[in-house]
Amino acid sequence: MSENKPEKTVVIIPAHNEGDYIAGVVNQIRASYPYLDVVVIDDGSSDDTRTKAIVAGARVISNPFSLGYGGALQTGYKYAVKNGYQYLVQMDGDGQHDPAYIDDLIEPVRNGEADIVIGSRFLVPLSQGDNQQVYRAPMARKIGMKVFGAIATFLIGQKVTDPTSGYQAMENRVFSLLSGDKFPIDYPDADVIIMLHRAHFRIKEIPVRMLPSPDDKSMHSGLKPIYYVFKMFLSILVTLLRK
Amino acid sequence: MSFRIKIVTFVICIAMLILIIDLVRRRKLREEYSQLWFATWLGILILMVWFDLLKWISHLIGAVSNVSTLFLFAFIFLVMISLHFSVVISKLTNRIKDLSQQHALLQNELESMKRTQQLNE
Repeated sequence: MSENKPEKTVVIIPAHNEGDYIAGVVNQIRASYPYLDVVVIDDGSSDDTRTKAIVAGARVISNPFSLGYGGALQTGYKYAVKNGYQYLVQMDGDGQHDPAYIDDLIEPVRNGEADIVIGSRFLVPLSQGDNQQVYRAPMARKIGMKVFGAIATFLIGQKVTDPTSGYQAMENRVFSLLSGDKFPIDYPDADVIIMLHRAHFRIKEIPVRMLPSPDDKSMHSGLKPIYYVFKMFLSILVTLLRK
Repeated sequence: MSFRIKIVTFVICIAMLILIIDLVRRRKLREEYSQLWFATWLGILILMVWFDLLKWISHLIGAVSNVSTLFLFAFIFLVMISLHFSVVISKLTNRIKDLSQQHALLQNELESMKRTQQLNE
């Protein structure tokens, strides 16, 4: 595949029971970017995510049981480190992230403008998005995003509009760090951005359009928002206390 | 301290010692984690033999009765041991995560090696 290219790039897609969407996502990426390696991290799915992804032509790594979103991502980081990739793009497997933005994400990393680029759904100018495409989320989640975005903005002295975005591109040194034991495996979020800033990585946000989660089994549902808020405050605090 | 309570404490002490040693002997309890339980055992033993110590501590911390001092320390001990277990569980969770990630990566590597082998044959 891209072994002959001087700079190997991998797209990692953590997926937990995404059998309905994963093939579409993989096909779209492979059609638009045939030179990218696509790796699906099947996070202990009980449906046919694995088979569908393999048929669609992705390399599939299956966690023996679900390690959660962060745990699946980290499996991907470890894979990228092990196989000597220079750049990594991560995106969700439920079709929320439009593969059309992969180039926009990777470009600032390739040309050395930033070490990690985060796709923000809140930077899209309103005139560009009609009602269908503007991101809509439950009120509680919106508030959470705003609060932790504001905290991150304050702490790193740079605007952070979308700390929960899982649509990112990064270079080797960043995912090497994240594949170690410093990476929070339950909800990687604003705390990771702050940690990366403190590790002197350059962070950049670019506008990407996102679709609402097709079926709302997002990680911020049920009683989880309470744990999420608690965890994020604690995690940011200890990140600041660590050297 | 009455003679009867001394007998009861003595029996509990002996039983506890036998239980701890037997668990270590049968490898049900690792030496590493047996320390805490030996320390507890030693504490009970000291208080049984040297009851004045308990009286002195009660006086020192201003406890109304010796029993409340005992309960206070027992409670603190239980909280500490729970905290200790939380630390151990966190460590184990992390190790299990690392192991399963490594397992997933190795399995993937094995699959692709098998595939290349099949293609070569």
